[in-house]
Amino acid sequence: MAVTMAVSDSAQPGEISGQVLAVEGVSVQLAGRQILDNVCFAVGPGELVGLIGSNGAGKTTLLRVILGLQPVTGGRVSIGGRAKGRGLVGYVPQKIQLDPDMPVRARDLVGLGLDGNRLGIPFPSRQRRLRVDEMLEAVDATRFANQRVGNLSGGEQQRVMIAHALISQPKLLLLDEPLANLDIGSAQEIISLLAKITQRQQVSVLISAHEMNPLLPVMDRVVYLAAGRAASGTTEEVIREDVLSALYGHHVDVLHGHGRVLVVGHAGDGFEILAGDETAAAPGHPDHSADGALSGLEIQQ
Amino acid sequence: MSSVFRLLFAPGFFASSPVHVALVAGGMAALVSGVVGTFTVLRGQSYSGHALADLAVTGGSASFLASISPLWGFAGTGVIAAGIMDMIGIRRPRGRDLATGIVRGAGLGLAALFLYWDTTSTSTTGAAVTILFGSMFTIGSNAVPLVVGFGVPALAVIAILYRPLLLSSVSADVAAARGVRVRLTGLACLMAIALAVSLAAVTVGAILSTALLVGPAAIALRLTSSPGRATVAAAVIAVAMTWLGVVLAYDSFTWPPSHDGWPVSFFIVTLIFVGFIGAQLTGRARRVNG
Repeated sequence: MAVTMAVSDSAQPGEISGQVLAVEGVSVQLAGRQILDNVCFAVGPGELVGLIGSNGAGKTTLLRVILGLQPVTGGRVSIGGRAKGRGLVGYVPQKIQLDPDMPVRARDLVGLGLDGNRLGIPFPSRQRRLRVDEMLEAVDATRFANQRVGNLSGGEQQRVMIAHALISQPKLLLLDEPLANLDIGSAQEIISLLAKITQRQQVSVLISAHEMNPLLPVMDRVVYLAAGRAASGTTEEVIREDVLSALYGHHVDVLHGHGRVLVVGHAGDGFEILAGDETAAAPGHPDHSADGALSGLEIQQ
Repeated sequence: MSSVFRLLFAPGFFASSPVHVALVAGGMAALVSGVVGTFTVLRGQSYSGHALADLAVTGGSASFLASISPLWGFAGTGVIAAGIMDMIGIRRPRGRDLATGIVRGAGLGLAALFLYWDTTSTSTTGAAVTILFGSMFTIGSNAVPLVVGFGVPALAVIAILYRPLLLSSVSADVAAARGVRVRLTGLACLMAIALAVSLAAVTVGAILSTALLVGPAAIALRLTSSPGRATVAAAVIAVAMTWLGVVLAYDSFTWPPSHDGWPVSFFIVTLIFVGFIGAQLTGRARRVNG
């Protein structure tokens, strides 16, 4: 079985080489709390991998570790075989800080993706402009290229940030909850855009999300994060009752129906949807529930 | 044409030495304020600018007591206050607002004491008016090198850190992941804001200095969406309004009630306010028309 469970600590050096991203036994403690506990997984060239877990599972911390913004208390991360992956990673944060009405256009932000870390005033050149135009076209952002970023919708800002992250041609693209705060239509557009770009640009993509269903059709593999521990593999290998129950440390049900998956944990008399759709809790038992989210789902034993 | 010229520029305007100093020092202060102000607004640091302006009153009133150029006082307290604000952590809005409020209060309390001493030692109210509302025609030509010496580093900070400042205003994490030293960049920007505020304090006064800092920038970002063009536009607007203010103030020497001229600061700040309202209205009209 190709599942690498954090608890088994079985990452072979041979498996890791040739990977775009290798996370080996990463642990992070913040203020005495164990945020990440011996997390191991790898992302191969051109793969689209989902980093799935409920809020507070450690997804953002893990992304910050990969970006080199969060020191680890144990383990290591290598990108393209190097410990320092600066220049090889593009990053799309969950939210940008820019206020509305600020004079930064979509094309300015994409341009900053090329050389935003350099000193001095940039000199406009035809070549630079063409590259920016090309990138804006690739994410279907040409029609709002000259609009202020702060005034764009959430989905439009995501596109601009994806272009910003991709224009320097990174090997790995990290996206922190790109689908949160988006309506279903915009989320689907962003997902198909990412799937298209992964193939065309030969870039590996790691997307964090608390809802895995929108990503199921496009994910090559999944890294499932619960309470700071991770299991990784294909969805068939990871999204199983035995694997996830071991990860959570208590029994969970994996419910399939209409091509959707729900991970359900039991808490007292009620139950809690741990991953799948919008994380939620509801009274009663799943198989007796008349709750809309679960109608038509069957427990697979 | 020449009659309009004569109407605008009162006799002796171009021969007056205080006018020359006002045009040069005021122009430099305006240029720095416009450029730095654009980034102050862009980075959402107007609040820091206001706090630095209040604390400049403390430094200015202290320098009067010590009989040194108020610019040293303005800049000295500004740079120290900027350092303290950075240490407090300008990233947590609530803690920042509280801490800044307390430091601001303490600073203005000291300013009240210094101004009291200033007035009792010189037995005039000139010091208070000069510090609070500026006094362009009394700057003195020996202050010009000082104005330039403080202005150039502020402009250099913005020119050198132009892209990192823009990038970290969009997302600190993205900038940090690209290798930008976000904290250091932010501190340098805050120092540039402190210098801009102290220059503006010399020309339009400590209290009105933020009007010159954020006013032209606020107008500029309604005129253009490009960060580069907004910066240039803010600088041009700031310099133009300052110079026009100097001209009008010179003209006002013949105006009632006492024929000793209205304050330059009044003209500059009023021009900025009118310009802002105008830009706001035309901006709205443009949005409505598509």
